[in-house]
Amino acid sequence: MDLSLPVIHIQSIYPQMILVLFAIIVVILPLFVHNLKRELLALISVVGLVLAYFSLINLWGQNLTGFNGMIVGDNFSIAFSIIFLVGAFLAVLLSLNTVENEYLNYSDFYSMLLFALVGLLMMVSSTNLLVIFIGLEILSISLYVLAGIRKMRVDSIEASLKYFLLGAFATGFLLYGIALLYGASGSIDLVEIGKYIQANGFSGTFILAGAAMLLIGLSFKAAFVPFHMWTPDVYQGAPTPVTAFMSAGVKGAALAVLLRFVWTIAPLSKADWTIAIWIIAFLTMTVGNVVAIAQSNVKRMLAYSSIAHAGYLLVGVLAGSQLGQASIMYYLLVYTMMNLGAFGVISYLGNSNKQENLNLRDYRGLGFKHPFAGLAMAIFMFSLAGVPPTGGFVGKFYLFNSAIQAGYLWLVIFGVMNSVISAYYYLRVVVNLYMHEPEKEVAVPKASLGLSFALLIAMVAVLQMGIMSSSYFEFFRQAVIAMP
Amino acid sequence: MEQAGYAFVDILIVLAKVIVVIGINLLMVMILTLGERRIAGFIQDRYGPNRVGPQGMLQPVADGVKFFFKEEVIPSKAEKVIYVLAPALVLGPALLTFAVIPFGGPLSVVGKEIQLQIAELNVGILYIFALLSLSVYGLVLGGWASNSKYPLMGGLRSAAQMVSYEISMGLAVIGIIMITGSLRLSDVVMHQNELLFGFLPHWNIFLQPLGFIIFIVAAYAETNRVPFDLPEAEPELVGGYHTEYSSMKFASFMMGEYIALITSSALMTTLYFGGWDFPYVDESSLGIWGVLLSIIAFAVKTGFFLFLYLWVRWTLPRFRYDQLMGLGWKVMIPLALFNIIITGVVMSLL
Amino acid sequence: MVTIFFFIFAVTALVSAVLMITYKNPVYSALFLILTFFSLAGMYFLLEAQFIAIVQIIVYAGAIMVLFLFVMMLLNLRQETRLPIGRPFQVALGSIFALILLIQLFFIVKVGLTVSKFGAFPPEKINKIGSVQVIGGELFTNYLFPFEAASILLLVGIIGAIILGRKKLPNEM
Repeated sequence: MDLSLPVIHIQSIYPQMILVLFAIIVVILPLFVHNLKRELLALISVVGLVLAYFSLINLWGQNLTGFNGMIVGDNFSIAFSIIFLVGAFLAVLLSLNTVENEYLNYSDFYSMLLFALVGLLMMVSSTNLLVIFIGLEILSISLYVLAGIRKMRVDSIEASLKYFLLGAFATGFLLYGIALLYGASGSIDLVEIGKYIQANGFSGTFILAGAAMLLIGLSFKAAFVPFHMWTPDVYQGAPTPVTAFMSAGVKGAALAVLLRFVWTIAPLSKADWTIAIWIIAFLTMTVGNVVAIAQSNVKRMLAYSSIAHAGYLLVGVLAGSQLGQASIMYYLLVYTMMNLGAFGVISYLGNSNKQENLNLRDYRGLGFKHPFAGLAMAIFMFSLAGVPPTGGFVGKFYLFNSAIQAGYLWLVIFGVMNSVISAYYYLRVVVNLYMHEPEKEVAVPKASLGLSFALLIAMVAVLQMGIMSSSYFEFFRQAVIAMP
Repeated sequence: MEQAGYAFVDILIVLAKVIVVIGINLLMVMILTLGERRIAGFIQDRYGPNRVGPQGMLQPVADGVKFFFKEEVIPSKAEKVIYVLAPALVLGPALLTFAVIPFGGPLSVVGKEIQLQIAELNVGILYIFALLSLSVYGLVLGGWASNSKYPLMGGLRSAAQMVSYEISMGLAVIGIIMITGSLRLSDVVMHQNELLFGFLPHWNIFLQPLGFIIFIVAAYAETNRVPFDLPEAEPELVGGYHTEYSSMKFASFMMGEYIALITSSALMTTLYFGGWDFPYVDESSLGIWGVLLSIIAFAVKTGFFLFLYLWVRWTLPRFRYDQLMGLGWKVMIPLALFNIIITGVVMSLL
Repeated sequence: MVTIFFFIFAVTALVSAVLMITYKNPVYSALFLILTFFSLAGMYFLLEAQFIAIVQIIVYAGAIMVLFLFVMMLLNLRQETRLPIGRPFQVALGSIFALILLIQLFFIVKVGLTVSKFGAFPPEKINKIGSVQVIGGELFTNYLFPFEAASILLLVGIIGAIILGRKKLPNEM
């Protein structure tokens, strides 16, 4: 039997290779060098992220396919990868806070974070369902570990276990879906499946069931309602930087896969599918926002808010246009910035593991005592609510605009109504920050350099994306998947 | 499928092979039980059993009779079904393994070619590993079903030990698969049937010395023999997983162990010492005598490894449990991986 | 001949699967699961996929289930402690979903299966080359990337297990 190696284009996986290399360096280094400072480990991770960023930029516009079509280095995957890199970069800096310093073994933490990033990159840079699945598993396993890394705390272990059990369950759905699609079409590559469906129509028990199960599996991972039950507990129990990274990263990857799926297989031509996504988007927005009102724990509130934002993003998927794709990427970047920023303020205000200052009451009057953190929090809250000069407003505008052009007027109306609801609980934080007298003395530690830097970046980016949105949007317009 | 055209004669031939192999295996078990004690006596400068029959030759028969007539005790708190099942689970895989080992050159009788091998599988080596991985169940379940603490400890030890050493064993054999390019054991033997550099027999031991060392160490651990006999370490665990067993059930455990010894010796012969190959002789040109020669060569080599087992048992002390695990995971597996890398490098250079 | 074997394996697989979930003793459940794996391996043999059959036995029956048993014995689980199924709501919901699944099953059987497609390696070709060679060849050429990615997945799993399993906190080290 003679074997011939297909064309590989090794540069198409340089970003992943760099990240794996740095993840291994970070985990191995403490074995040889004792008493490593956490800042040094963070620096090494950041170097890895920067190198990965440049290798990604290098691929821009080349449309490389490597490993016999297993890796697709199109602009779409690069844009998503860059968003994830930004998220990981912020998460690395956010972890340099006081609470995490109490228990965290930073080498473990950073290596798992980088591995999770590898998984994200794999998911978005392939049309092959096998690669997507492996990427998803790399991501999930790293996140299970990261969620449970506070081993001395019951809620952290609960978060990890819950996430693991439900995640494994969701993976089962995803795999069944892939198997059914493979059984019907004879291929696990989305492009090939798309060809099969073009020839035979989007019908047949296996294709329909497979596609539905794939949607369910991805919905679990992206926390769409009604598959969102795990989210608040996991987000609350996991360390704050992890929650921040998770809320933006996993959603982004699941959406990217969903977008690829929608574009190569074109189920949107089928009314059932449109209705299903419509209902999921509507429920996700509404449930997320309504339940968030009742939360007094800020972290939990942000968990429900992240569910609501997943709903907004899903509106862009439903639009089914290139405008919708670009809007999703734009909004995802803004969301990464403002969400990681908001979680960053939370982890900045945490004093110790026993006193994390997570309750809304703890925020009273903090705006004047800690002007920098207060201002940052206010900006992020405004942006999350979608108040004009911020990036959140522009992002929502693009998303809803694309949906209106596709004719989903009612969904957009519901979306806007949801934004109004959400303004209530976002602004409540701001009100607490500036308009209430502090009830008790809340001890807030001194912020580390890295954390302040991260907050500054996120703040500037949120404002800049609101004011100078078009240059970003143009960038993302080049990154859309071409018409099939 | 090729099996479709089986004639009556073929079935008879297969049956004959099965009967001969099992018969010889059981005979060897008897010889081994005697040999073990006689060699122990020799090494420790004492007699050993020499009263029943000439030179104690009938001792195994006496033992067998004794086992049959002993009272069968099943502990009242034991899990009955599994307790009874466990000895069979030890004996079964051990006997089945021999099915794929070729024990002689191809024999041609009245124009019919007969492979001296019960089943020629194209995944022969993997088949052996599958059975090997199953053999642990008998010990684990036997230990657990006895509902007693020493057997349970023995069972757990054996599970951990066998799972650990299976890995390095499998990795060691990958070197041979790379050289041979096939998973059929008959191909492995045929591949060793030539000369290396014109004067050495083309045996894998000369090509895979490191692989052989790993394999033999792992094989000793897999068969629970000294220096790795922790599952039944008498001073610590009374008798290990079979403490609560008596009569024929105990005998089944012992038989299973001895058959595993024979099989692993045969496997070492086949994989690393040319199988039935008698060096410097072309067996196929000698007709029936060649086949006979090949069978004798196989028997002698296997016998040597069996003797090695006994010899080691009465020479070396036992490892401590943490040393055993440390050796398995920190030394054997890296070495086995190193062996694969070396093999790959050399193969790509040549 | 093949049909007879198929029914033997199918019935064994189903019966032992049912017994696995109904037995109270977890060790028996594990044993029945092993039996199910064996029947599946037998079916793979019937489908001429020797490699997958053997790997099924080595990996599932030989490695994973041994570890299962290992853990059960370490925890000394003899009798499963079942939480009482409390809320009638759960029972009702569960029954409804089970019924829906059953109806779906009948539906699928009635509609008939979609025509299965032969891939690039039909049985005749595999038999000519050898199933191990085919799988190895595919893994190291077309599926090289997923193959290597799977090794990263395993690495992540190993590191993660150590991180979670390590008893000491970093400041104690």
